[in-house]
Amino acid sequence: MATCIGVDIGSTAAKAVVLGEDGTILFKAAIPTGWSSSEAAKSLWTAMEEMEKAEKKPLTADARAVATGYGRVSVPYADKTVTEISCHARGVHRLFGRDCTIIDIGGQDTKVIALAGGRAKDFLMNDKCAAGTGRFLEVMANTLALDLTELFDLAEDGKDASISAMCTVFAESEVISMIGRGRKKEDIAFAICESIVARVSAMCGKQGGGREFFLSGGLCGSEYIRRRLSDTLGAPVYTDPLARWAGALGAAVIAGELKN
Amino acid sequence: MHDEFIHDTLIHDVESLFERMRDAIPAGAVRIKEASEAGRKIVGCYCAYTPFEVIRAAGAIPVSLCSTSEKPIAAGEEHLPRNLCPLIKASYGFALTDTCPYFHFCDIVVGETTCDGKKKMYELLDRLRPTHVMQLPQTYLGEEAKRAWRVEIERLAARLEEFFGVTITEDALRREIKIRNDERRIMNAFYDLSKLSPAPLSGLELHTVNEFFKVSFGDPKALELIRELTRKLRENHENGQRRVADRRRIIVTGCPTGKSLEKVFNAIENNGGVIVAFENCGGVKPICELVDETLPPYEALAAKYLGIPCSCMTPNVKRLDLLEELADEYRADGVVDIILQACHTYSVETFQVRERMGEKDVPYIAVETDYYQGDTEQLSTRMGAFIEMMV
Repeated sequence: MATCIGVDIGSTAAKAVVLGEDGTILFKAAIPTGWSSSEAAKSLWTAMEEMEKAEKKPLTADARAVATGYGRVSVPYADKTVTEISCHARGVHRLFGRDCTIIDIGGQDTKVIALAGGRAKDFLMNDKCAAGTGRFLEVMANTLALDLTELFDLAEDGKDASISAMCTVFAESEVISMIGRGRKKEDIAFAICESIVARVSAMCGKQGGGREFFLSGGLCGSEYIRRRLSDTLGAPVYTDPLARWAGALGAAVIAGELKN
Repeated sequence: MHDEFIHDTLIHDVESLFERMRDAIPAGAVRIKEASEAGRKIVGCYCAYTPFEVIRAAGAIPVSLCSTSEKPIAAGEEHLPRNLCPLIKASYGFALTDTCPYFHFCDIVVGETTCDGKKKMYELLDRLRPTHVMQLPQTYLGEEAKRAWRVEIERLAARLEEFFGVTITEDALRREIKIRNDERRIMNAFYDLSKLSPAPLSGLELHTVNEFFKVSFGDPKALELIRELTRKLRENHENGQRRVADRRRIIVTGCPTGKSLEKVFNAIENNGGVIVAFENCGGVKPICELVDETLPPYEALAAKYLGIPCSCMTPNVKRLDLLEELADEYRADGVVDIILQACHTYSVETFQVRERMGEKDVPYIAVETDYYQGDTEQLSTRMGAFIEMMV
């Protein structure tokens, strides 16, 4: 029985999904990418092998594998590489099952993808600048000595503050001057989240938008970000507990279509 | 001598013809040095609107000046704002640091008011080398605009006559129009190759030939090399020889291309695409229309050059029409619009291009970039995803 492996080596996290022949998820894992894409790819392989031994499920034997994400070229066991845009589209289609606009706030890129007929039909990506990406949130959270979950929790209780700079470095100095002026941490956290929500919503508008959105990737676990995006876009933003694996899942789906 | 040259090329295959062109591109500077030392006058140009025929009729050699490398940008930024397009900063930086051999040997520069950044930069450039700026109308529509552009071409002729102490005769103009038209025909025949399916050459090779053409300086031997390559590629294609696999056919459009933008061509061609046409200043756009040889020379030149559908014109519907036409002729699977950072006219125009390509159901993507190589990976993801969408 051949299984299908999807590996998504992002700039922050590396994810793997293994699908059985019937399309059920046999295995999934997410680890920090660390400094080396190929080390992360290796660790995921080891995890799959351990899982194979422990549960006696065939995972790696005869498997077909597709790699995606920034480190996609560093996955030695991949039969093919596909961009994360196509993979997110296929993965979200598997999870959500209908046309929508996908929002993926990644470590270094934010992507807005129009999903139609199960595939990416159009997409927008942020420019080289880090504004509106996960990196922006990380830098700002670090400045406040918070992790991302704490940042979102605090933002719930914040209000009436905004960051005007689009550049991450300038925005950080804005945050620092807010700290200097003695603004409440909650308000600063609120301003940081609003900044990213505004930036991402503007990208959705430029892309042409849609009536339904789906938040995939690493931020799918943040109910706060999902709700604020929905409020700003004036449209429902859905997600799924498996959405952070959407890229790897899509890669595994594509692996299933590879000819032997 | 001429016959010998042709015989020599016949024994070479396509690869060696490309090799000879690649070798000849850097050697262009040496030829201009020799021409200058032999007493020939050199006119530096930046833009496709420059009427080469007038410069040649004045007995001078028009040369394209360096403008597409990231190297001199830092130097350019000493006088120019940072948030200016890389093409302007590089053009000025090359001149300022005297690292462009073509600029070094040119006697006078001809500029055009294609954008605000350029026209102000020319004021500074004039301190380094006499710079004649041609005032472009903002539209190619109407007789008044054409008249105004004709006056500008005549003004250029007068400046060159005075500067070089020569007379530009009507006969010389007619002769140069004919010669340049022949050069355009050679390039059009070469571009036509990529209408074949599968494409007989890659976009990177197409770009190499464009660069080679730029340094041919009207040399019949160089032009014969392009002809020979065209013949050989067509012959091989007809014999069933395939150099390029059947790939997604892409038209590149937008801002002027050059060495530093090969990163975009690579991103397209390493991810399952092949560039079949460049609808840019260095590609089919300025070449596809000839100068009318039956009209009075200045009138004919004004009509031809003003007809270049650059985004500095308003409106610029002609570019959209041309793109549509090219998409049909070259059976394009997609269009990639390359925008240089801070190029407002091309950047705004992406909206109309996207709209028009959408009506035609031709997949379209615009990418904004500059001359630095830091976005190579991101470009690869973008171009890869764009081409995957066509499967």
